[in-house]
Amino acid sequence: MQSLLQIRGLTLSFGAVVVAAGYDFDLHANERLAVIGANGAGKTTFINMVTGYIKPNAGTISFDGRDITKLNPREIVRLGVGRSFQLPQLFLEQTVRESIELSVVARSRRLSMFTPLAASASSKEVDHVLEVVGLTARAHELCSSLPEGHRKLLDVAMALVLQPKLLIMDEPTSGVAADEKHPLMATIMGALAERKVTSIFVEHDVDIVNKYATRVAAWISGRIAADGSPEKVMNDPEVRSVVLGH
Amino acid sequence: MAVRFTPWLIAIAALVLGILFPWLKTPLIIALSYGFAALGVSILIRAGQVSFGHAGFTCLAGYAAAAISRTWPATDALVLLLAGVLCGLVSGAVVGLFVARYRAIFFGMLNLALSMVLFAVLGKFYHITGGTDGLRLERPPLAGMALERAPFETALLAIVAVLVVVACWAIRRFYAAPMGQALIAIKTNEVRLEYLGLSARRVFWTGYVISATLCGFSGAMFALIQGLVTPEMGYWVRSGEFVFIAILGGAAHPVGAFIGALGFETLKLVASAVMTGIWQLVIGVVLLILIFVAPNGLSAILVRFERRTRTV
Amino acid sequence: MNSSLLLLGLLDGITQAAVLFLVALGMTLIFGVMRILNVAHGSFYAFGGYAAASASVYLASSGESLGAALMPLLAGAVVMGLLLGAIIEFGLVRRILNMDPAMQLLATFAVFMVLEDLQRLIWGVNPVSISAAVDLMGTVKVGAVNYNAYQLLLLPAVAVVIYFGLTLSLGRTKFGRQILAVTHNREVSMAMGINAKRVGLLTFCIGAILGTLGGALAAPTTSLVPGIGGDMMVLSFAVVAVAGLGQITGTAIAAILIGMAKAFAVYLFPEVEVLVPYLIMVLVLLWRPEGLFAVAQARRV
Repeated sequence: MQSLLQIRGLTLSFGAVVVAAGYDFDLHANERLAVIGANGAGKTTFINMVTGYIKPNAGTISFDGRDITKLNPREIVRLGVGRSFQLPQLFLEQTVRESIELSVVARSRRLSMFTPLAASASSKEVDHVLEVVGLTARAHELCSSLPEGHRKLLDVAMALVLQPKLLIMDEPTSGVAADEKHPLMATIMGALAERKVTSIFVEHDVDIVNKYATRVAAWISGRIAADGSPEKVMNDPEVRSVVLGH
Repeated sequence: MAVRFTPWLIAIAALVLGILFPWLKTPLIIALSYGFAALGVSILIRAGQVSFGHAGFTCLAGYAAAAISRTWPATDALVLLLAGVLCGLVSGAVVGLFVARYRAIFFGMLNLALSMVLFAVLGKFYHITGGTDGLRLERPPLAGMALERAPFETALLAIVAVLVVVACWAIRRFYAAPMGQALIAIKTNEVRLEYLGLSARRVFWTGYVISATLCGFSGAMFALIQGLVTPEMGYWVRSGEFVFIAILGGAAHPVGAFIGALGFETLKLVASAVMTGIWQLVIGVVLLILIFVAPNGLSAILVRFERRTRTV
Repeated sequence: MNSSLLLLGLLDGITQAAVLFLVALGMTLIFGVMRILNVAHGSFYAFGGYAAASASVYLASSGESLGAALMPLLAGAVVMGLLLGAIIEFGLVRRILNMDPAMQLLATFAVFMVLEDLQRLIWGVNPVSISAAVDLMGTVKVGAVNYNAYQLLLLPAVAVVIYFGLTLSLGRTKFGRQILAVTHNREVSMAMGINAKRVGLLTFCIGAILGTLGGALAAPTTSLVPGIGGDMMVLSFAVVAVAGLGQITGTAIAAILIGMAKAFAVYLFPEVEVLVPYLIMVLVLLWRPEGLFAVAQARRV
């Protein structure tokens, strides 16, 4: 079976600092890959490269059979990759509902200059999305007034609405209150499973990794130190000492 | 719903005042023309970008109207206005191709530079452009009729008043529509827009074309009422006045541009009546006070009630 | 083109560049430290020129000594620069530091409008000229060309002295290094104990004095009329934009580039003289929006 995401020889350095030491990597459909590693290990840079925000020095990235190495985020998103951010990227002067509506309309790529936004996006779909991520009560609030956990939810929801084949989430539960982390992940992963979306998520919380990942990759100083099942990687000695701090 | 009726209020008030006090017609027409240009500028302000060169578009359209009128004096005023609109549209589309990927201060600077290039060309190439004296245009026929000055002015006032209502309605719809919402999203998170698969550049270009088109109408109307176009129409200070009016009136609602313009022109008239040569001083001082007292502009006071009940 | 025309163009370019540099330097210095584009900066030039003219009239001596002709220029520039700089910084600029950039532009634009009319009220609309300094310095012969010594020697000399003086003191004096620190990062420098407010006030005054000095020194070579402030504003802005905001050496190079371009335009194709600086600005901005000499910024996200 052809892999959904195929990475060969991906390398990036800034001067003498090697940020990506040459990745070879295959991700298959329906996998749920957890990416772990200390801060600064290169995880976000990896995501930035895969989503076209940064260009690598060498190597190739293929998604769904297409070479996306040189493409920009917009083109990659249109091919079916969604992304949520470590720091939620929201439309601060617009409401939650408007943000979802805009995401729905963005999927169709046709932006009317005349028909109101609310009428351009199926209110049934928007209502459903808001319900799935539990934001119905806050639908008419400005994004800037949302508390952290809800910001993350909205950030992920906007990416989900695009109906991606692959969803990449950068620290979906960081900044979220401890008692809200699991419900949040359960909601998101449930929605992904329902839509058969493959996922990559960067995560620091070991419990979450163990509960939701089918595969784990550990980043240490710009290289992939271990890659495999959660049991294998979480028990790897180097991973245990450097990443997990045992 | 105070804001929804304000454009009507302005239009009706302008017409009534113009009929009661005929000498007010010209200042009113000029004020509302400025309002159109300020509306153009405020569309881009919604996207978080300030252009200091949009007077270039009003100026170019004014000169286009003047040139056409001088070459074919029988050209109807309505056609001249349309020509101004088209000039704005086309020049905005072309310039926008280069300018739409710039943001913040670089966007402001590039627009400024382009308008100054136009200003310099118009001022210097005397034989084509009339140099610093500008070009005169004779009063053209309107809707097929040759009108005397007074009815001509009344007709222009009626046209611009009606179009104020139309423009406010149309731009409000635009802001509520997906394209307008995407434009507004540029201000707060362009990255996110790209990650939704939308081209921020294309969205911004669209807004830019609309803004230039509005300026085109403004310039043509100005040419018609003044009977004269000069390079000053494109000077950076004029662009600054448009920005001033846009921000003063408030960019949240299109009517703000017209409120700001009327306020500006009123201040100008009052100051000139008190003493010649101090209107800039008066306006400058008033602006400084307003910046500290009402930083969101005058229309924001009206819009405050409408925030939660966002229907078109 | 014949060689004396070429020479004239070159010499004209040098004198234009000198004044442009002074004014643009003031603007870019203020921007570097306070992150504010002062739309009223051209007014400093105008007020400096008019102040120099007034000072020349009031301090009129028997008029034979060069020093007596230059002193009013300098005095007028410094006094006016300090006055305007202090009032504007204290009264306005420091209060708008945290506002939206559009509002900041609007605020300084309002100051520009006020100063334009103030200038007209104080000095009227008729052209004002003073020429003592230029006359006293006579001419020098360069090749086949006779040129005003004032324009050829004094103006560039002042520009050069100020350039080196500023660059050296920024690196070597305590205050200079404070300016650099605030320019690089205001928050961090305040955390280090630097009084950013005071640095801002003094820098703004220095920037204003550079503007008024440009005007004062240019006054004997031109006639002062309403509108020169607005013209100089966009012109010096063109220099700053081409150089890259906050770049001192870059500003010098850009001033020379634009000064030369203007000067040669006068001899080759006079209609484009006014056009040339803005054309250069457009071309540079299209190619390198940050300016020719800007340092690359780090990426965020």
